[in-house]
Amino acid sequence: MKRDWPLYEVFIRGKRGLNHVHVGSLHAPDDAFAVAHARDVYTRRNEGVSIWVVRADAITASSPDEKDPLFAPSGDKVYRHPTFYEIPADVPHM
Amino acid sequence: MNDESVYDGLLGGDSSQWAFGTDFEDPLAGVDTTVPAGIDATELAVYCLMLGDDTLVLSQRLSEWCSRAPELEEDIALANFALDLLGQARLLLARAAAADPSIVPPLPEGSPVPAEDALAYFREAGQFRNVRMAEVPNGDFAHVVVRLLLFSIARLAVLQRLRGSADAVLAAVAAKGVKELAYHRDWAGRWFVTLALGTDESRRRLLTALEQLWPLHDELFTAHPIEKSLAAAVDPGEVRAEADAVLDQVLAVAEVERPEPIGTRGRTGRDGLHTEALSLMLAEMQVVARAHPMGLW
Repeated sequence: MKRDWPLYEVFIRGKRGLNHVHVGSLHAPDDAFAVAHARDVYTRRNEGVSIWVVRADAITASSPDEKDPLFAPSGDKVYRHPTFYEIPADVPHM
Repeated sequence: MNDESVYDGLLGGDSSQWAFGTDFEDPLAGVDTTVPAGIDATELAVYCLMLGDDTLVLSQRLSEWCSRAPELEEDIALANFALDLLGQARLLLARAAAADPSIVPPLPEGSPVPAEDALAYFREAGQFRNVRMAEVPNGDFAHVVVRLLLFSIARLAVLQRLRGSADAVLAAVAAKGVKELAYHRDWAGRWFVTLALGTDESRRRLLTALEQLWPLHDELFTAHPIEKSLAAAVDPGEVRAEADAVLDQVLAVAEVERPEPIGTRGRTGRDGLHTEALSLMLAEMQVVARAHPMGLW
């Protein structure tokens, strides 16, 4: 039976969160059951106010082999960070 | 630790210590717990036992599914339902004890067992007031789906009216329960349709479970005299039409014919008349508590 149930990735938006955050994955027979399962498995401790589920095979991911060409070039571009500015102490969320 | 309320450790204080915050709600916060004038406290206690025993016994049956469901996700779903119902049972049995302390089984002097636990663990089967639908042994997955569907349709219809109960505690428990039962009913209805329209085998199992549980269906709507006379209660017979309409909708989508009504005669679970399955279930459920009446859990 299990082999017939596709894998879904689950994203939950918490009460204080602004964005949905990946919390894990689960198996479900269809999209509607995936939402129900996500509710049952990942919101038991009062975590969520919104659920997204997506079939794992619908996600296109970067490959670990491409790590260097994708991410290494930004490693020395320190000028892209606002590190040369004085940030007042009472400015939040920087 | 304060053992007066399970919420004390989570309400108030610094919620930032919890990763997702807390924001837990005590369903009885601010509720007037005095028995209102004109309500017979003895009858109120018995009525609370009826509703509370339904949820306690069904919760125990559901928790027997733990680690046995066909999928991990459904295993957790069934455990969640069991905990929802256990929470309702705790509030209802505590209300029963508060309304009429004489119903609480006597325990040794100085026992720390709270009244609702004494009611759950120290009564005999004949003192339980639950409908028999709640107590019959588990079968296969189709069986738990059908049982939950039939029970949650009936209970949700009762709780929707009970939100306006003259007893503020019953009204608060009903308001909490409506949200929980709405999900149970949705889950069970979804699986009912899925199994009915699935394979030949899933449909066969579903119809078998429906046939097994159907003789206990009418009892869900058969009022005990107290459910009729107590002003704070809801007569389950009065919600039958709306409950039937919901069930008919599910049956229509599932292409399942409604079985012929069988009816209920004589004494029922509400009078303390049970199947032998309840005694066996209680023996297992109560054995540890009864061995340690001075125990603190």
